[in-house]
Amino acid sequence: MFPAVLSMRRRIDQWTRRRHPPQRQTARLERQRIYILPTGFGYVFGLMLGIMFLWAINYNNSLSFALTFLLAAVALVAMRRTHDNLLHLCISPGKADAVFVGQEARFTFHLEHSDSQKRYGIALQSRQGDPCFTDVPVGSGGSLILTIQATQRGWLQAGRLRVLTRFPLDLFQAWSWVEFEQACLVYPRPQGSLPLPLAASRMQGAGGGETGVGSEDFAGLRPYRPGDAPRHVAWKAAARRGELLVKRFTDQARSELWLDWDLLASADIETRLSQLCLWVLKAEGEQLNYGLHLPGVVVPPARGEGHRRQCLETLALYGLPKDG
Amino acid sequence: MLNKRHAKPSPPLSDVALQWLIAALGFTVLPHLGHLPVWAGILVFGVAAWRGWIIGNPRMKLPGRWLRISLTLLVVLAVLLSFKTLFGREAGVALLAAMMAMKLLEARTHRDGLVLLLLGYFLVMSNLLYSQSPLMAIYLFGVVIVLLAAQIMVRRQHVALPTRGALRLSLRLSLQALPVMLILFVLFPRIPGPLWGLPKDAHSGLTGLDDKMTPGAISQLIASPEVAFRVRFAGPVPPANQLYWRGPVLWRYDGTSWTRSLDLPRQRFPYTVQGKSIDYTVVLQPHGNRWLFALELPYSLPPDSGLTTAFEMLRRNPVNELMRYPVRSYPHYQTGDLEPVWRWRALQLPPGNPRARALALEWRATQAEPAGVVRTALAYIREQDFFYTLEPPAELVEHNIDHFLFDTRRGFCEHFASSFVFLMRAAGIPARVVTGYQGGEINTLGGYFIVRQSDAHAWAEVWLQGQGWIRVDPTAAVSPARIEGGIQAAIDPVSLPFMARRGVSWLHELALSWDTLNTLWNEWVLAYGPDLQREFLSGLGFGPIDGWGMTIGMIVALGLLIALFAAAHLLSRRAAADPAVRLYERFCARLARRGLMRQAHEGPLDFTARAALRYPQWAAQLRRIGQLYASLRYGRALPDAAALRQFRQSIGAFKG
Repeated sequence: MFPAVLSMRRRIDQWTRRRHPPQRQTARLERQRIYILPTGFGYVFGLMLGIMFLWAINYNNSLSFALTFLLAAVALVAMRRTHDNLLHLCISPGKADAVFVGQEARFTFHLEHSDSQKRYGIALQSRQGDPCFTDVPVGSGGSLILTIQATQRGWLQAGRLRVLTRFPLDLFQAWSWVEFEQACLVYPRPQGSLPLPLAASRMQGAGGGETGVGSEDFAGLRPYRPGDAPRHVAWKAAARRGELLVKRFTDQARSELWLDWDLLASADIETRLSQLCLWVLKAEGEQLNYGLHLPGVVVPPARGEGHRRQCLETLALYGLPKDG
Repeated sequence: MLNKRHAKPSPPLSDVALQWLIAALGFTVLPHLGHLPVWAGILVFGVAAWRGWIIGNPRMKLPGRWLRISLTLLVVLAVLLSFKTLFGREAGVALLAAMMAMKLLEARTHRDGLVLLLLGYFLVMSNLLYSQSPLMAIYLFGVVIVLLAAQIMVRRQHVALPTRGALRLSLRLSLQALPVMLILFVLFPRIPGPLWGLPKDAHSGLTGLDDKMTPGAISQLIASPEVAFRVRFAGPVPPANQLYWRGPVLWRYDGTSWTRSLDLPRQRFPYTVQGKSIDYTVVLQPHGNRWLFALELPYSLPPDSGLTTAFEMLRRNPVNELMRYPVRSYPHYQTGDLEPVWRWRALQLPPGNPRARALALEWRATQAEPAGVVRTALAYIREQDFFYTLEPPAELVEHNIDHFLFDTRRGFCEHFASSFVFLMRAAGIPARVVTGYQGGEINTLGGYFIVRQSDAHAWAEVWLQGQGWIRVDPTAAVSPARIEGGIQAAIDPVSLPFMARRGVSWLHELALSWDTLNTLWNEWVLAYGPDLQREFLSGLGFGPIDGWGMTIGMIVALGLLIALFAAAHLLSRRAAADPAVRLYERFCARLARRGLMRQAHEGPLDFTARAALRYPQWAAQLRRIGQLYASLRYGRALPDAAALRQFRQSIGAFKG
């Protein structure tokens, strides 16, 4: 595209951003912030009116003039109606649950108005996506979920959204812009080929490697994985089952699994974070006590939903500027 | 980007929208059934019924591509066979209706729905080429409302608007549009059409006088009860023997029929007038020819028209739409000399009819001057046993003037006029046949005059030295009642169409009332074109007004209308709002000034609880306001005046 067009676009972009600054809470659509233009069908309808007008002139047909004018007047009235369909509409951001890279982030929005009549056909549209339509009933209002593909870890924002409507006749589209500070946390993509590291692979302030990691309370068996200490292999059970089994211990005091940045050889930060993310999920799934060790960040070992979230959050935001 | 958008498939058309479209399109084609070929009617309604039936049967498949293409070709062929052309009004409407049916056959997406809508609007308009009656206007307004509802429904994949809601909304939009339409209709500057050539059959089916009078032409016209034109006289209605509405003047005689000679119109009047004038306005029904009718003889011209040597008013374009024009006529006039070329034309005679020629020469020999010959001829018709009848005996091909004058002696005005002019020319007196209408009927309810096709008449004009052209009506000699009392006085009314019989029954009175309504409609709606627009607007006191003036006026009027609407809207909104809401809003505004904004999602209880935390000193008051408001607005009991008063007091007491 021509540079002039590009810079024009940028300028328009900046202008709309100035007029529609990001908001923390509810955005109310005011008259000065609602724009309206004909839709594609609206232009075709206009063309049809032009043809009808020429037809009326040519046949000198009085009622054909009347019909043409009636349809034009209906279009005018519908234009006002389309505009009013957006006017004083309140949009507030809801919560957006965290997702992993590759998943779809789901942003919830709440729409409301104080009219006595239901508003129909109102849509939110993110920059790339298709418009997502809903009706907004009187009173409690309605909500809309906008899905955006999460491609990068960190804070994902829905960005500038277009609120639009083409109701009732599809001849005009009225729209406005809203932007919220609301953001959705995106965790790294859980991905990697390495198995969970040995529980004792790294310890803080403990003596012998083998004794420290859960060696007291027997909790069950699990299949052998390369790297398990031969001491933990349940030889008797293995002989019975015909495969190598390893004894598991749930000694909370000492069985600490450290998911360490330094265990990973990959040069790429994202690959490492992906691996760590996968480990966090696995460790939580196996109900292990795990801690996270990243350069400059340490999450002490623990487990449970809150701990998992904290670890994932740490991974998601690692190395990103604070304001994201 | 564009490519991507095109590649995106159009969303499917919902069943409800399709049902509405089928209904609306059926209504648009219904009035066409009278003039569509039978196959087209069957095709359109068959396809519509089938498509409607299929909606309920998801197992049925729409026809495939090749079937559709071959069907479409077949339809085009059928139109071609029926009309021998694809163009013109009749073929165009048939093609439009058939294409609509074909589109319905394949309609499955949203885009198909939009195409069908556009076809529907065009079909509505095509109905206006056939009829512009008030009933048709009301009917089509209803059809437009259904089409608009269908247009709302077509978008329905996004909105769960109930069917009745869509209909109510479209009705509302249409009613709100009416004032805007009225302004546009009255003030939008009109351009005189046509802009390009119209198809030949654009205005077919119009009845009226022709530029040729073959035997039986006028008696055929008399069988038609249709209105030729209506007249409003500024003064009293002139006596019946002055009510000669001049139409085409026929010069050329070929032994059987009389024809007009091509005569270019000019702008000045080739005669002088005397006495009192008659002023009136004519509302002329479309008749497809260029002449305008006026009482003999007109002394003012409607716009875009001129006067021929034969004193016919000719318009530049054929009268294909209702036309309204003011005229001033003078029953007393004096025409000038006759130029040799016209004199020659007024004496032209084909060979034949020896007995009539002999009679004319005999009169010429016995009479000293031409006026005497005229008198003798009239006396001859009056005294011999001539008889005025609508059913004359069969004519001969040759010598038919002789046959009429000497053998049958039974005929109609055209026979009398034709024979009279023949005799005059044979006697060397310049003469011509004038056709038009004679008489008419007064509609006392509407205060106007109706001239019907059944009032069609033919008379003669002779040119006498020193007097110029003078009117001679031989029919008046044989049947004075025809002139004084109209056609129904001259012959047995049973042979006339119902509306041409006068004063028979209350049904006739009823019909006249209906005609009054039609007349108002015709004069003010259908005839509203560039001329009437200018006349109307200057009549409102704007003085002479041009296109720009009208445009400015239109914009001002639209602006005023919008302002009016906005004011009404504001007032109604203010009145409609619940007083409790207003009080609560004032309360919130007061807190907002203190820096505590109510969030949109916050109900009264939540908000006042938050406010109470922020301002502990007013906590109890704030909570009470919240509770009162919540019970007033959302409580189970209907709010009563006492609760409202309590709420108002607590808000008033709050000094925050």
